[in-house]
Amino acid sequence: MAAHLKKRVYEEFSKVVQQQQEELTTKKLRLTKPSKSAALHIDLCKATSPADALQYLLQFARKPVEAESVEGVVRILLEHYYKESDASVRLKIASLLGLLSKTSGFSPDCIMDDAINILQNEKSHQVLAQLLDTLLAIGTKLPENQAMQMRLVDVACKHLTDTSHGVRNKCLQLLGNLGSLEKSVTKDADGSAARDVQKTIGDYFSDQDPRVRTAAIKAMLQLHERGLKLHQTIYNQACKLLSDDYEQVRSAAVQLIWVVSQLYPESIVPIPSSNEEIRLVDDAFGKICHMVSDGSWMVRVQAAKLLGSMEQVSSHFLEQTLDKKLMSDLRRKRTAHERAKELYSSGEFSSGRKWGDDAPKEEVDTGAVNLIESGACGAFVHGLEDEMYEVRIAAVEALCMLARSSPAFAEKCLDFLVDMFNDEIEEVRLQSIHTMRKISNNITLREDQLDTVLGVLEDSSRDIREALHELLCCANVSTKEGIHLALVELLKNLAKYPTDRDSIWKCLKFLGSRHPTLVLPLVPELLSTHPFFDTAEPDMDDPAYIAVLVLIFNAAKTCPTMPALFSDHTFRHYAYLRDSLSHLVPALRLPGRKLVSSVPNIMLHEDPSQQFLQQSLERVYGLQHLDPQGTQELLELTIRDLQRLGELQSELAGVADFSATYLQCQLLLIKALQEKLWNVAAPLYLKQSDLASAAAKQIMEETYKMEFLYSGVEHKQVVIVHHMRLQAKALHLIVTARTTRGVDPLFGMCEKFLQEVDFFQRCFIADLPHLQDSFVDKLLDLMPRLMTSKPAEVVKILQTMLRQSTFLQLPLPEQIHKASATIIEPAGESDNPLRFTSGLVVALDVDATLEHVQDPQSTVKVQVLYPDGQAQIIHPKPADFRNPGPGRHRLITQVYLSHTAWTEPCQVEVRLLLAYNTTARIPKSPWVEGGELSPQVETGIEGTIPFSKPVKVYIMPKPARR
Amino acid sequence: MPEIRVTPLGAGQDVGRSCILVSIAGKNVMLDCGMHMGFNDDRRFPDFSYITQNGRLTDFLDCVIISHFHLDHCGALPYFSEMVGYDGPIYMTPPTQAICPILLEDYRKIAVDKKGEANFFTSQMIKDCMKKVVAVHLHQTVQVDSELEIKAYYAGHVLGAAMFQIKVGSESVVYTGDYNMTPDRHLGAAWIDRCRPNLLITESTYATTIRDSKRCRERDFLKKVHETVERGGKVLIPVFALGRAQELCILLETFWERMNLKAPIYFSTGLTEKANHYYKLFITWTNQKIRKTFVQRNMFEFKHIKAFDRAFADNPGPMVVFATPGMLHAGQSLQIFRKWAGYEKNMVIMPGYCVQGTVGHKILSGQRKLEMEGRQLEVKMQVEYMSFSAHADAKGIMQLIGQAEPEHVLLVHGEAKKMEFLKQKIEQEFRVSCYMPANGETVTLPTSPSIPVGISLGLLKRETAQGLLPDAKKPRLLQGTLIMKDSNFRLVSSEQALKELGLAEHQLRFTCRVHLHDTRKEQETVMRVYNHLKSILKDRCVQSLPDGSVTVESILIQAAAHSEDPSTKVLLVSWTYQDEELGSYLTSLLKKGLPQAPS
Repeated sequence: MAAHLKKRVYEEFSKVVQQQQEELTTKKLRLTKPSKSAALHIDLCKATSPADALQYLLQFARKPVEAESVEGVVRILLEHYYKESDASVRLKIASLLGLLSKTSGFSPDCIMDDAINILQNEKSHQVLAQLLDTLLAIGTKLPENQAMQMRLVDVACKHLTDTSHGVRNKCLQLLGNLGSLEKSVTKDADGSAARDVQKTIGDYFSDQDPRVRTAAIKAMLQLHERGLKLHQTIYNQACKLLSDDYEQVRSAAVQLIWVVSQLYPESIVPIPSSNEEIRLVDDAFGKICHMVSDGSWMVRVQAAKLLGSMEQVSSHFLEQTLDKKLMSDLRRKRTAHERAKELYSSGEFSSGRKWGDDAPKEEVDTGAVNLIESGACGAFVHGLEDEMYEVRIAAVEALCMLARSSPAFAEKCLDFLVDMFNDEIEEVRLQSIHTMRKISNNITLREDQLDTVLGVLEDSSRDIREALHELLCCANVSTKEGIHLALVELLKNLAKYPTDRDSIWKCLKFLGSRHPTLVLPLVPELLSTHPFFDTAEPDMDDPAYIAVLVLIFNAAKTCPTMPALFSDHTFRHYAYLRDSLSHLVPALRLPGRKLVSSVPNIMLHEDPSQQFLQQSLERVYGLQHLDPQGTQELLELTIRDLQRLGELQSELAGVADFSATYLQCQLLLIKALQEKLWNVAAPLYLKQSDLASAAAKQIMEETYKMEFLYSGVEHKQVVIVHHMRLQAKALHLIVTARTTRGVDPLFGMCEKFLQEVDFFQRCFIADLPHLQDSFVDKLLDLMPRLMTSKPAEVVKILQTMLRQSTFLQLPLPEQIHKASATIIEPAGESDNPLRFTSGLVVALDVDATLEHVQDPQSTVKVQVLYPDGQAQIIHPKPADFRNPGPGRHRLITQVYLSHTAWTEPCQVEVRLLLAYNTTARIPKSPWVEGGELSPQVETGIEGTIPFSKPVKVYIMPKPARR
Repeated sequence: MPEIRVTPLGAGQDVGRSCILVSIAGKNVMLDCGMHMGFNDDRRFPDFSYITQNGRLTDFLDCVIISHFHLDHCGALPYFSEMVGYDGPIYMTPPTQAICPILLEDYRKIAVDKKGEANFFTSQMIKDCMKKVVAVHLHQTVQVDSELEIKAYYAGHVLGAAMFQIKVGSESVVYTGDYNMTPDRHLGAAWIDRCRPNLLITESTYATTIRDSKRCRERDFLKKVHETVERGGKVLIPVFALGRAQELCILLETFWERMNLKAPIYFSTGLTEKANHYYKLFITWTNQKIRKTFVQRNMFEFKHIKAFDRAFADNPGPMVVFATPGMLHAGQSLQIFRKWAGYEKNMVIMPGYCVQGTVGHKILSGQRKLEMEGRQLEVKMQVEYMSFSAHADAKGIMQLIGQAEPEHVLLVHGEAKKMEFLKQKIEQEFRVSCYMPANGETVTLPTSPSIPVGISLGLLKRETAQGLLPDAKKPRLLQGTLIMKDSNFRLVSSEQALKELGLAEHQLRFTCRVHLHDTRKEQETVMRVYNHLKSILKDRCVQSLPDGSVTVESILIQAAAHSEDPSTKVLLVSWTYQDEELGSYLTSLLKKGLPQAPS
């Protein structure tokens, strides 16, 4: 048999070599390729000792193997495998086989027979395990081949009885990954022969080796992931594994139980030692809850995490998780939470003195107390006060998910979440604040809870404070004292950390607009008005006063009676703030004021502005054939309108800006084409050409902005933008042709331009029908002619076509937002230069908010411009970006500056850049891979767009003292 | 019958004076050596004369283990080792080893200098005693002698508190000392692996309590302190110098920092600084938070907490004072208490358990008039109790039992009435027997230690080759020879045993005669027997030999005519001992007679 096999191997091998020789003759470039397998063969034959052979194999493994020579290499390896007596070399060969079979473009079915063959004769357990691994690699490579998978499964089953845990592990892995899915469903004629993979795997749940048990559970999970429906019988088996001695087994078992509970939530399982029955999901929930107090923290984390996703559990069980029946000396005791609630509802809370006696109440029936409830009792209570913060975080997350699906539970878990605000680890505090924000729709904060919540405002961590502000934005407060308390604490916060100003104002804006009726009785006190006496006018620049006004004005928006309580200066301040902080102060209907009439018009009709936008755009698109002068004027007018509209209407800002930019490009193009340059002989108008080439450059820039600075740009817009860019390139070409003498450089440029056209055509071939009558359309018609013409002629054609081409209409995208960035820190106001020794490094804290930036981790860069023109681009770490809300990002990073010595302090400019890469957006077609564009694909960054206002920082590198 | 014997000398159905004697497989171990807070006479120390009336204790005890540095667990140690006399090893964890002498010295000072007791141990004795100490690190297994080994587990409770596993051969006992299953501001939670000891000796201070979450407790505590301070009152918190005190300090310190409070916090007695110093050193024994942040700032470096001077107690204005000792039975805390007790604005917060007989216990049970040094004292200040003492509650105890899975449980360090409840619960829920001996009462537990037997690989392989994989549920019969040599057992195949022992193999053969009524000739009878057997034993190898005998595998059957009655044939069946089963089956088969031959 072996001899026959060997012969066959040789035959096939020689055949392969022949093919390679054919290649040799046809393609000289690939001369080196066949030597790969041959060299390996020679090396392996040369090897005198196993150690040598191993070295050769290791060297060989470092280099990649091409798909076409894989088969040859595999044959060589196999041949050597039969001869090799050393287990370690065989092991390496086996692992190489696995690696090679993963090579893309190589179909490994041809080596499967050999692999299975050598498996049968193998004695070493390690090599066996590795071979099974190889088979797994082969099997996963060929997901369609049912017969082969069946065969592999058979092989795996055969080796399941191996004495080595490694082999059993691999077998189970193989079963998990390849175990047939359809068999159990179709049950065809030979169905009886087909093994029940689940049962086979299930048998190994009680293996003596914990590693094998874990592998069995993992294999089962793998089956589930591949879409096989697990049997419900597994549930009982898995439950037994929960009390396993080994943590990895328990951890995996928890997962399995969770999976089963999601599959059969409604089935009924009996409670042991009683006649009752409960739903499976409830039972599983209880069991997983029990694991929250497991001995191993890995299991605890696992269990706590999974609890969060068990939403079908009945509320009765859910509420138990927060209940830990307290007792003291066998008497029932109420929790502090219950006491606080009772005090609060009896109105006793504010009296202050007594915090209620926590004396235990009624006697507990000793028989009824169950100290280790199998149920969910107190799972979260335990999880939230766990020793490891990983467990606590997991528990908080789980609470969050459960509370979002059950309002009643949200109300209940509030006390616990509030308690978590005082956790000793910042991450946990942050997580619980975020959680609270997420469930804030379902809850109303009691005063004592609010008190604890607000206590966190004094936290020294900025993240915590801002998270808390976000929370207060959407929190419901029940009493006016609560609002007052919140305001007082926020003002305290403002005094302590002035940098929180914006965040606090925003917070008060929402607090006011959510609780107008609660703010109303507070107004006289807050504004310190007096029924008889005029009080002093507060300082308009005081951030605290502005904060109070923001609260009041926002409350007044829905509370028409409030303005009556304002004093005169309040109205004046309102007018001022409405103008200066329009995003914080809403328009009010003030009695007897002129503002009344004008303000609601803008506010209440959003559709007209949308209409206005549409109309003005249509007007422009309609007017293509007017005389140039008229077109220009109309364009200018429309651009101005759009820009103003964008400022007024934040919802439409993106669209308006986007359209305005496009029109701007068009305007520039028209203007450039209007130049006299075209009519007169080139040499005379050298200076004039500046304008045209500048226009070409600007259009290019603007098109990049349009393409990359806006989020939500669709494919149809991208086409138009690219088209505009193509026009700009054409313009550039013409201008250059006009102004340069000599034909030689033009050849290259023309060719390049034609390539661009070609590129455009190939990228957007599907969209060409939409571009009727456009520049490209015409250009493509004339393409054959252009290819053969001389540069001068090309230029001439282009020129006429540019003039004749129509103005393409830009379809408006649904949702479009302009990316923007604001640098909060450094503020750029400091007069004290940042001093450091030249040549050394100084760290500058940069804090910026980014809006509507997609994937900021890879695109946003920080640029530092030194006075000597030196520019430096810094790539912030991905961890420096935080995501406080949808569409918003926050960059908090440190920029390292360094320079040689200056004599005077000077300013450096810091700004944010958006890096882009043109090829990223274009749909990839196969030919691009080999094209000339590939180097750019690799570098990733093609250009950058500055998208924040530069901030000046005063720095002073001093010469080092010696 | 091997057994484990446990005798509490202290802490049996009682709190204080922990001292438990355990004898396991011939080894005697003393667990803890504490003093009792409630007594000032001989009863404060365990009665060591129980161990031996005369003669050195060293001869009777193999080792002493101290679980943590609280005086009710280590207070009698110098007395025991120096005055009664013990020279064997004393095991404790490094933090305990470092802090224990400080507390002992403090205790000595109070007893000798303040109360003027004579015949008390001296400073030198404490030093000598500490020289006998051997440090045990967490999860380190220490061989006390060739058979006895001990291992320490983290217990929470106070810095350096440990649970100990005492193991001889396959028998083991776990002693928990005091432990805490919920982490606090400075320590983690107790943890033990599933070591399945024969006996778990656990404390049961809070046998009948299930505590609220610690966060509520903390908040409550801070609120009470804050309110009193804002009213201008003084807060007295009696603590033991070490342990809870550090947790409360961290709590108050962070709260003061957060709320920006100005009222002074004092910590009485000079030993705090020394002790805090050790807390800073043993960071690895603290909780996750402190371990992770100590590089930036060591949490035990307090900014707001200053040392207390006796004169401060009369200062006007609010203040918070931590004073020792914790049960208000003596020392500074009692002095301050006496000064402040008469004013309503003030408050005393008892953060832990108080032993019966102490002032703390009295005021907690609601007594408002106290007799002190012959004078009546009316207590007007508020008395609050906050359960901060770091003992496991009933749930925690159950959790630990669940983690360790012992065969038996023994409760110590708790009140009898409460133990009764917990005992009942443990027996009901874990189905293990539970004991709660009183002081001086001995509990004897029979054990069935497993005896390890080595099996030769050849034999094992031969057995596994015969059948499928070993199945835990089905017992399997395995034949071999047990060799006992130098207290070491081996199971080997009989051939090997014979070889090793140099013995010749004896063959044991059974021979049986079966009378068969058959008139035919012997040859025919043999053929009939042969055919008969062949038809019945289809899966066996039945052969007819040319010498006129039949073999069934290795069993020989021969036929001969009966000497007296020729119509009766005698079948001789012979088999070896190994084929006993088949042989007896064959004889019974032949005894039934042959089927009638077809005529």
